[in-house]
Amino acid sequence: MSDVVEKTLTALPGLFESQTGAAKITNRLRQLIKSITELTSKHEEENLIKRELSAIKEQVSSPNTTMKQMREIMVRAMYCEMLGYDASFTYIHAIKLAQQGGVLEKRVGYLAVSLFLNEGHELLLLLVNTVLKDLQSTNLIEVCMALTVVAQVFPKDMIPAVLPLVEDKLSHPKEIIRRKAVLALYKFYLIAPNQVQHIHAKFCKALSDKDPGVMASSLHIYLQLIRESPDSYKDLTGSFVTILKQVLGGKLPVDFNYHSVPAPWLQIQLLRILSLLGKEDQSTSELMYEVLDESLRRAEMNHNITYAILYECVKAVYTIHPKAELLEKAARCIGNFVLSPKINLKYLGLKALTYVVQHDAKLALQHQMTIIECLDHSDFTIKRETLELLFRITNAQNVTVIVEKMLDFLCYVPIKTLTFAPDNSWFIQTMNDVFSIGGDLLQQDVPNNFLRLLAEGKPEEDDQLRLYAVESYLTVLKGHTSHLPQCFLQVMSWVLGEYAHLQESVDRREVIRLLTQLLDQRSVSSETRVWILSALTKIPEGQTDLILDLAESLSSSQDTVLRQQAQELRHLSQDSQLREWVLVENSCAVDSSLSFLDGFVSEALAAGAAPYKPPHQRQEELSLNLEPYSFSLPVSLSSCSITDRQSPTLLSVSSGLSGNSAELSTLILEGVKRVWGKDGYLPQKEATAPPVDEPSAAVQPASQQEAAERIEPRPEPSTQNQDKQQLASSLFVGLGVGSSVSLLGKSEAPPPRFRKKPRPHESSSSSGTSKRSSDSSSHSSRNTTDSFLYGSFPEEEPATSISTFDHTPKSTTANGLSQNKDTKEDRHANTSQILGGDMVIVRPSTIQDKHPPSVSSDLTALLPADLKDLPHSDVISLTSDPSLSLSSCRLFRDEALLLVIFISNCTETVIKDVAVQLTCEELKVCTGNVMDCLEARSTSVCHYALLMDDPHTNVSLTGTVSYQTQPGHTNTLPFSGTLSTADFIRPLVVTTEEYGKLWLSLSHDVKQNLKLLTDAGDPLRTTLNALKDALQLHVVDIIGSEGIVACRLLSGAPCLLHCRVNGAALAMWLRSPHPALPDFILYHCQRALAHH
Amino acid sequence: MQFMLLFSRQGKLRLQKWYVPLSDKEKKKITRELVQTVLARKPKMCSFLEWRDLKIVYKRYASLYFCCAIEDQDNELITLEIIHRYVELLDKYFGSVCELDIIFNFEKAYFILDEFLLGGEAQETSKKNVLKAIEQADLLQEVRHMCFLKICRISVLTQ
Repeated sequence: MSDVVEKTLTALPGLFESQTGAAKITNRLRQLIKSITELTSKHEEENLIKRELSAIKEQVSSPNTTMKQMREIMVRAMYCEMLGYDASFTYIHAIKLAQQGGVLEKRVGYLAVSLFLNEGHELLLLLVNTVLKDLQSTNLIEVCMALTVVAQVFPKDMIPAVLPLVEDKLSHPKEIIRRKAVLALYKFYLIAPNQVQHIHAKFCKALSDKDPGVMASSLHIYLQLIRESPDSYKDLTGSFVTILKQVLGGKLPVDFNYHSVPAPWLQIQLLRILSLLGKEDQSTSELMYEVLDESLRRAEMNHNITYAILYECVKAVYTIHPKAELLEKAARCIGNFVLSPKINLKYLGLKALTYVVQHDAKLALQHQMTIIECLDHSDFTIKRETLELLFRITNAQNVTVIVEKMLDFLCYVPIKTLTFAPDNSWFIQTMNDVFSIGGDLLQQDVPNNFLRLLAEGKPEEDDQLRLYAVESYLTVLKGHTSHLPQCFLQVMSWVLGEYAHLQESVDRREVIRLLTQLLDQRSVSSETRVWILSALTKIPEGQTDLILDLAESLSSSQDTVLRQQAQELRHLSQDSQLREWVLVENSCAVDSSLSFLDGFVSEALAAGAAPYKPPHQRQEELSLNLEPYSFSLPVSLSSCSITDRQSPTLLSVSSGLSGNSAELSTLILEGVKRVWGKDGYLPQKEATAPPVDEPSAAVQPASQQEAAERIEPRPEPSTQNQDKQQLASSLFVGLGVGSSVSLLGKSEAPPPRFRKKPRPHESSSSSGTSKRSSDSSSHSSRNTTDSFLYGSFPEEEPATSISTFDHTPKSTTANGLSQNKDTKEDRHANTSQILGGDMVIVRPSTIQDKHPPSVSSDLTALLPADLKDLPHSDVISLTSDPSLSLSSCRLFRDEALLLVIFISNCTETVIKDVAVQLTCEELKVCTGNVMDCLEARSTSVCHYALLMDDPHTNVSLTGTVSYQTQPGHTNTLPFSGTLSTADFIRPLVVTTEEYGKLWLSLSHDVKQNLKLLTDAGDPLRTTLNALKDALQLHVVDIIGSEGIVACRLLSGAPCLLHCRVNGAALAMWLRSPHPALPDFILYHCQRALAHH
Repeated sequence: MQFMLLFSRQGKLRLQKWYVPLSDKEKKKITRELVQTVLARKPKMCSFLEWRDLKIVYKRYASLYFCCAIEDQDNELITLEIIHRYVELLDKYFGSVCELDIIFNFEKAYFILDEFLLGGEAQETSKKNVLKAIEQADLLQEVRHMCFLKICRISVLTQ
């Protein structure tokens, strides 16, 4: 290689001499290009081009410039334009060059015109005469150039002037002229269809042209014509089929081969035309079956071009009147596409599937695993196409999962777009769409980030954006608002409150009126009402009457918060001085050091007060056990009093104070090695550093090593795979003929090592029923009797019993091997695959089994095969009456809590129209589940997948079963039960490093001292294990006297726990992106430890 | 096809052909956005991307990106082959084409493109026919400067 370079270099001087004469003309351009490549900055380039352009300007206006020089100048001007600089003064000269130059100059002139001028440019009119002249030229090349420019840019109004000449060229002896003429007519048809209506007959002649190039060009026009009115061209089907047959038979000249495939462009064009002709037309379709079959058969070579043809062919097969044999072949082709390792083919396969599933949804089932994989593909294009595909297969059963996937994607999009939104209006409009579609299922981050973006912008620059937002929201609010999601209403009211004043033209009364209107709507939640009222507080000035009216009407509100706000509003609107003082027009600087209190503090200190210490420091010193205070949660059988509370943060001692990392390190340094630093976890290398002179240091290396071994391995691929299959089962449900379970194959059943041994001594979720629950769990899970539970509620109404579910997972096989770790990993691997949904039915399905209805028998044996091996709770009787008895069981699936309801017919007759209606006060209403009939003495199973988005301590479920024992006589049987947050918690398997990173990114934290179980050798480990058993937590790592634990809510919100032994207590620090989640977990931890 | 862009790995535009009427401002904006988007894509990603309401088909040849915009119902794979055929034509014409051939002879690259695609549709797919048409027009030109420029490229590259 270097030899070659050397030789060329030595030959260089000679070559320069011999070529200089010829090179002169491109000299200037070469110099320009060369000097540009040498430049280092954009600024230098600007200067250079500026100089160049002024030189060009001088040259073009000089009368001495020859046409030859002009040609060279024009090339330079084109170059400057390509770099993005304006050379519009040369446009007229480009036209002149085309007009006056010789053939070579003309060529450059025409090129410059086609690059510089748009169809609508007025200078093009000056070109018409030149084109007319050249079209009549005897020089073939001039005619070609004229036709080329006509097919690219030509003023619409001037088409009639050249049309006769172009038409004439259709019968020109040279095929290149005929071809260009056909394409010029095609272009005319596109921009002015009515002008070429009369020459259809001539198109037909072009189609039968002996030159394949001309014929191929005419297909562009036919495709367009047939797309508009397929019926008028049915008679041509035979011709198209014949042409395609000839192409396939290799009748075309070899030049038309592309990688030994005959005329692929022609084939694709013909296939498109055929599919349009054969659409919904059986007789026409029959004409083309044979050739399509041949096409599918021929395209076997492994090259992109054959795949391109195959793709078109498959589309055609599915568009025309169906033929089973062809469909089968086409489906096989799609399979090859989808399974291809080549990403481009995979994409096309997905696209083909998307097209095909509209006709045959089952095809998607065959490729469900690939689709699931593509859903998480790193390439956005693939992901998007997959969602498009999922959108097509949406049905009543999988709609929730698919919509969640889409929202998941949607949530991702706006955050990404924040960085490069093209303009304000587009951005606001997109966000409006996101908010109104995504609504309350959006992650809280999305509205927060959006508002922050609005708020943190510079006043001058971003007022435009804010203004647009205000305008857009006012328009939205003037329309129907009842369907808008709460979070969108909140965003709108905040923006209006904050920025409505920017918009001068808007009447403030109008804004107030719109916001007040919202308050009157029943669908608006009380949280949103608070947002609206805050907005109203900010807006008015001089609109006292409206505000007073509002305050008056709200003063009798049931909601204390609203009443309070109304009072504030009233005071503020009446006292303008107070108003000015409270609401500063321009945003005030926050004095985070609270320096304004300095005077007060120094006075207090002087008077002998103790200096302030942050709460956790106080805890450190005093080790006050705060448990009694926070533990006094109202815990009762009916959980309403807890779940009704607006803010669960009351539970925490110091949730408002987010400790910074400096604080953390000072705390840790007291007795422990630094394991977590500012950037998260400090790798183990540090452990080898000389230990700090602490008494406990000597023991640490060993325990650290041990801890390092405890870091759990990542989930195995096989378990991931299983999760994917589970996802597949929920995505593709309802597509097949049978139940989706069978489609997953036998691999669904987990190997024995996933089984979990039941632990008899578990703490239970609610203190009121804890005794009963633990009693029941100490019975074998197989032999739980409803009478046992039922009998303990003598004071209840006979028809309704309330039972509290114990949240401990159990397995069907009591003798299963204890492999907790595996089970947990297995259940976890699918973290946040499914987001959103307060409570969602993923799969209401019913399976009927003929089994005796006695509840005491093992009902779990009736579970569907794919659910049997999941960890589950005891079977609890919900309710019963003489005809029916209901029991339920909770299955702890990785991505949801499955509530299984067993309905047993206790009578000897058939019970008809059994419908289960499940509702949940705190969460969304679930839909019903209807069975046609329930045979005598049989039991049927229906299950609901439940998700919890917002944590509640306990959720009460109520439901009814309606049924008919005799026709026309409907009985209803109510039932109820509660679920605890703990049911919705799953371990979060992360490595220590990941934990560290996640920790720093979380905002809400709560600290609390808990009871330390000191009855064993290693108190920390014992305590953490107790918590882990009770709450399905994942112990990430234990290092010295510290332990880190992670879990997540089923909706995906993680919660990280940092535990440290502090004297006789366990200092627990919890962090989560969800504001209330730490409180609930803390609450359950307290309970678990208290009962230990 | 709506338009075709050729740009370098550094994001420098080398060729642009618009088959739909757009204002200069729009063209610049589209070019800037697309160049950014395509350059940001990783080599193993697929050659297609959805952009606004269009499909972008792109392929990289050495230091040059060829990028076409088509409509959704168009065939992406065949567009990829159009790009490839164009590269083959350039290669045949210039004799193992490189980016510098296109920089210094960009008007020739346009001439070849215009013989191959017209009004956004494939005009002539026979390689022989396209090159014949180009050569006929070229014959009138006194000398071809390719040889000289090929050597020049060494000096440009070493600088």
